[in-house]
Formats: sequence, structure tokens, C-alpha cells
Amino acid sequence: MPDVSASAPAGPLLRLENVEAWYGPIPALRGVSIEVGRGEVVCLLGGNASGKSTTMKTILGLVRPRSGSVTFAGETLNGLGTQAIVAKGISLVPEARRLFGRMTVWENLMMGAFTRRAEPPGELAEDLDRVYALFPRLKERQTQYGGTLSGGEQQMVAIARALMARPRLLLMDEPSMGLAPVFVDQVFDIIRAINRQGTTILVVEQNAAVALSIADRGYVLQNGRIAVADSAAALLGADAVRRAYLGEV
Amino acid sequence: MLDFHQLVQILPQQLVFGITLGMIYGLIALGYTMVYGVLFMINFAHGDVFMIGAYMGWAVLVAITNEQIVPLNPIFVLPLMLVPAMLFTGAIGLGLERFAYRPLYLKGATRLGPLISAVGASIFLQNTVMLSQGARMKVLMTYRLFPRVWRFDLFGVNISYLVVVIAVVSGAMMWGLYILVQKTTLGRSIRAVAEDREIAAVMGVDVWGVVSTTFLIGSALGGAAGVLVGLYYTQIDFLMGYSAGLKAFTAAVLGGIGNIRGAMLGGVLLGIIESLASTFINPAFKDAISFGVLILVLVFRPGGILGESLPEWRRV
Repeated sequence: MPDVSASAPAGPLLRLENVEAWYGPIPALRGVSIEVGRGEVVCLLGGNASGKSTTMKTILGLVRPRSGSVTFAGETLNGLGTQAIVAKGISLVPEARRLFGRMTVWENLMMGAFTRRAEPPGELAEDLDRVYALFPRLKERQTQYGGTLSGGEQQMVAIARALMARPRLLLMDEPSMGLAPVFVDQVFDIIRAINRQGTTILVVEQNAAVALSIADRGYVLQNGRIAVADSAAALLGADAVRRAYLGEV
Repeated sequence: MLDFHQLVQILPQQLVFGITLGMIYGLIALGYTMVYGVLFMINFAHGDVFMIGAYMGWAVLVAITNEQIVPLNPIFVLPLMLVPAMLFTGAIGLGLERFAYRPLYLKGATRLGPLISAVGASIFLQNTVMLSQGARMKVLMTYRLFPRVWRFDLFGVNISYLVVVIAVVSGAMMWGLYILVQKTTLGRSIRAVAEDREIAAVMGVDVWGVVSTTFLIGSALGGAAGVLVGLYYTQIDFLMGYSAGLKAFTAAVLGGIGNIRGAMLGGVLLGIIESLASTFINPAFKDAISFGVLILVLVFRPGGILGESLPEWRRV
């Protein structure tokens, strides 16, 4: 992957080092180290309760790590609140989409641009045009309430909402969940397109085959630990991964 | 029983009273419903914030009538009563949220903790006013501001200008709030926190800042309602927040708690029901009838008139 921000400091865009996170007495992450390079698509695989979502929440400051460090573009995120973290350029496409159901599509997109509310409206209009170009369907539906959309449309809004922040790093939590197979392929095509436009992506998926097909590298989480880390191609070929996550015997 | 002729004479008059009273209920109810929207708690001290607004209005009116600072004309005096009352009650709302409720939430309290803290805050506010202002009622010389002859006839209904002013002021405030919540970035962030606090935070919203703002706005509106009620009834005391608060809370539930239009609608409905019940049945039964209507509505629409059925993860 080409480095899209040549003037930026060297080193990965996101780095988690030895992160431990607990829910009360229960360990969720036990020393997780992950790197996401600028311009990469990295996918995080793992079964239920393996720590994938906790990793996302830790990056966003929704879960406080007990130890270890999270750095973004060379700056430490430890101790920062969610508001400060997302202001640095991290967006989330949440698991199960979680649109604001009682807001219109347009209002959802504006919420996505909340960190940029002080910018001149022209800047936002430009990005609005950009996401409408990516998802023409949303333009037709811009006055419709989020809660009335189909699952596929909701996923489009969730992605578009995250893009409205003009993120440097896009986190995607289970983007294929609950979508019809035809939509899954469409969503991953779009993820690839977003990446080509220069956004770094960390995607958490149960659907390992489709996620690895667009990723550069992948990590496999097991019981809160990184079990395997390799290139996407190698992971697709690895027997252990195939058996555990690709549903092959 | 009233015959038809009397009914035609009395009904419009009572409707005017009912709507006026109801708009004030609605103004107070907004404070309950907004706070419930973002925090899922009932701020039982809100009625007392309203009471303090009434005291502020009284204090300003006394000072103005004694010192003759400005001419005794509602155009000058009313803003001088409303603005300090709203600033003061807004500040009290901020203080309540910051010191009585937020620490409990940050320490992971369950639903019950902040509720009990609210009851405590209510008692604290009542006693503070009682000790500093005395337990006896205060009288507002409304007639110095709105002479009793300031009335007019509209289709046979005799209406005082005071009633018109109350309706206009509370209507304008409700409209302003509605625009704020529906059309502005701040309003969107309030709705976002109400709907999904975690995702609102992920969008970059300062969630506790929004909660504070909600308390500020709700309490300021409650304070304005206190000023209007003081002028309307001309007598206030430190316990007045209890019954008014209960009524406004009822109005909020009737309209659908958490729903801003619902609070306004619930308030006006409750005001009309009360005034009709007083006139045509018996004033002693007016509360029983109001609550009877509330129960009936909740049986058929548990979320209130405009309340929506919430998704499962948000049901309480």
C-alpha cells in the first residue's frame, strides 16, 4: 500500500502495545499488540468474546485499558476521553450500525460531521456530495428517518456517517453482520474503495473470508490474546485459521 | 346542572383558563422530559427550581415597586423579572446536575441513587427558601403591573391581558425550544445523547456537557414558569413546587416522557381537563379526574400520547 501522507511522521498510524483491559474481575484483553500502518486495511478476526469489540472500544476510550499503551499518529491516547480521541481523526462504524433512528439520514450524516461543526458549511457540503456519490441511494432517502431504512441502507448510512468526519482511521465493527450476502459483497467493495481514496481501515469481522479478501494484514484474537498475525494472503491459506474461522473442516 | 345557555357562556371562558394553566404546566413539564430524555431520571427537585423562579420574580417585583427603578409597565418589568429568574434557576439546575446527580452516575450508581438524591435536593431547596425567606406566603402585587381593568372581550369571553401575556411568553419559549432542539447542532447533539449516548460520544459529542445544557435549559424554563405562576396566582410559598411539579410531571408522562412535543401537549391537555373538571363536576375532584385521565391514557398507550414504543435495549 502506498503511503498516502508522505509528510507525516514515520511509524504506524495506530499502535496498541501490550494492552490489557478488564470488565470488573474479567479480563477481556490480555496483552494485545496491534499495528495499523498508514493506508492499510487490517482485519481483526476472532470468535465471540475473543476481544475484538473490546479492542475497538479501547481505541476509542470507551473502555479504559488497565495497562499498555494506545498511540495514534505518534500521540498517546491513554487517558484521553472519547470526545478528544475522535477529534484526532478516528471514526467508527459501529456493530449493528446503531443509527440515530429518530433522526433523518441527513441529520445522521451531520452527526457524523459533529467534530467539524465549526468548519464553514461549504466544506461539509463537499463531503456530503462525496458520500452521496458513494451511496446515491442515501441522497434519495435524506429526509427519511434512520429507523425506517432497510438493514443494507442503514449500513450505508453508518459508513457514510463515519466518513463525514473525514477520518484518518476508520474503525469498522462487524460491517457484514445481519446483511444479505449480496449486500456483504457490496459493502466490502465500498470499504476497498474508501481505502483506495486514502483512508486507513481497521475492520473487525466474523466473516473472515470476505474480510481477508480485501485486507493487507490480519490478526486473530483468541481469549483476549493475539494468536496469529500475518499477511491476509497467508492467513487465508493457513490451516488453523481456515478451520477455526472459515468454517472449513 | 347547567343548562345549555349557561354552558355556552362558561365553556369558552374555562377553556381559556385551562389553556393558560396548561401552557404553564407544559413549560414546567419540559424540564422533566428533557432531563429524562438524556439521563433517564426524574428530577424531583425540578418543582422546587420552579418555586425558586417564582421567588426571584417576586423579589424583583418588590424591588421595582419600592424603588421605582423603571416605570411599572409590563414591557419593562416582565423581562426584568424573567431574565434574572431564568439565569438563577438555570444556575441552580447546573449545580444540581453537577453536585447532586453526576457524581452518582460517575460512580456507577443504579437508577435509584440519583432519584433519592433528587428527593433530597428537593427538600434542601425548599428548606433553604423557607429559612432565608420565611415560611409565610409572599404576595405579588400583580395589579400594579396589570391593572384589573386591563381586560377585553373576545367572542363573549372576558380575557385579561395578563393571561394573554402568559400564553404568549410560554408559547414563545416552547416554540424557541422546539426550534433549538430540531434545527440546531446543539439540539441535534441533545437528541443524539437521548437516543444513544455511547454513539453520541463516538461522534465527538461531549455527553456530560449536553446533560448540563439540558439541565440549564429545563431549569431556566421552569424558572420562567415560576414567574408567570406567581403573577397569575399572586401568592407564592416555598411548598408550591410540590403540587405544580407533580402536575407538570403528570403532563410529561401524559404526553410521553422524553418527548418534547408530548410535554407541551400533555400540559395543555391537563390544564383543560382540570379547569373543565372544576367547572362542570366539582373543584374537589379535579386532581382525581386529572390522574384518572392519566391512568386511562397509560392503559391504552403506555408510552403516553406521543410516546413511541422504545426499542428493547432502551426500555427501562
